Amino acid sequence: MIGVGIYLALIAIATLLSMYRFMVGPTTPDRLVAVDIMTTITTGLMVLFALYYKRIIFLDVALVYAMLAFGGVIAFARYMEGGL
Amino acid sequence: MNALAALGEALVLIGTFFYFLSTLGLIRMPDVYNRMQTSTKSATLGSLGVIIGVGVWAVGNGLSWAWLVKATVIAVFLLLTNPISAHALIRAAYMSGIPLWHGSVVDKYREHLEAKEKAETDAPLEGGEE
Repeated sequence: MIGVGIYLALIAIATLLSMYRFMVGPTTPDRLVAVDIMTTITTGLMVLFALYYKRIIFLDVALVYAMLAFGGVIAFARYMEGGL
Repeated sequence: MNALAALGEALVLIGTFFYFLSTLGLIRMPDVYNRMQTSTKSATLGSLGVIIGVGVWAVGNGLSWAWLVKATVIAVFLLLTNPISAHALIRAAYMSGIPLWHGSVVDKYREHLEAKEKAETDAPLEGGEE
């Protein structure tokens, strides 16, 4: 676990940049793309924390989170298209 | 076993670097289509690197092989579902009337829609397959 600070710093910078796009995005799809990227990054962060705390049960949490984020993004896309 | 840990750590480093590059593209690109194009692909690649890297690293640290199996399951799930969600998002953006950036010159989807509409209005009485 030598360079774990580097990974966490890179993930933090990435989350801040996508949060910036989420706040100032001119249109609604901009914000939704930012949310999609943030959920993907959060899944990777959960997997890293599973290794850091050495608990394999956190990997199941990451898998369920990825499934729910996928469903949420699909639901929002259908709503924007007018089909929901 | 230590070589496996080093390999996993290198994969995690590459994956987090691709996370950073994808959100940099999210900031730098001019409209929503280019943003999706440049950010979803590299975020998917970064997820593959981070998750499989964590699995290899855990095996190299002496944890069980179930780590690698579960990490591979999560990575394959992300690889399958991330392009689907990006496609649905960007189709919804096009359908809700977001204009393209003024520097974009190719719009294949509008050409496809116009060609389909023209084919329907030109020869509706022919019938049957072509």
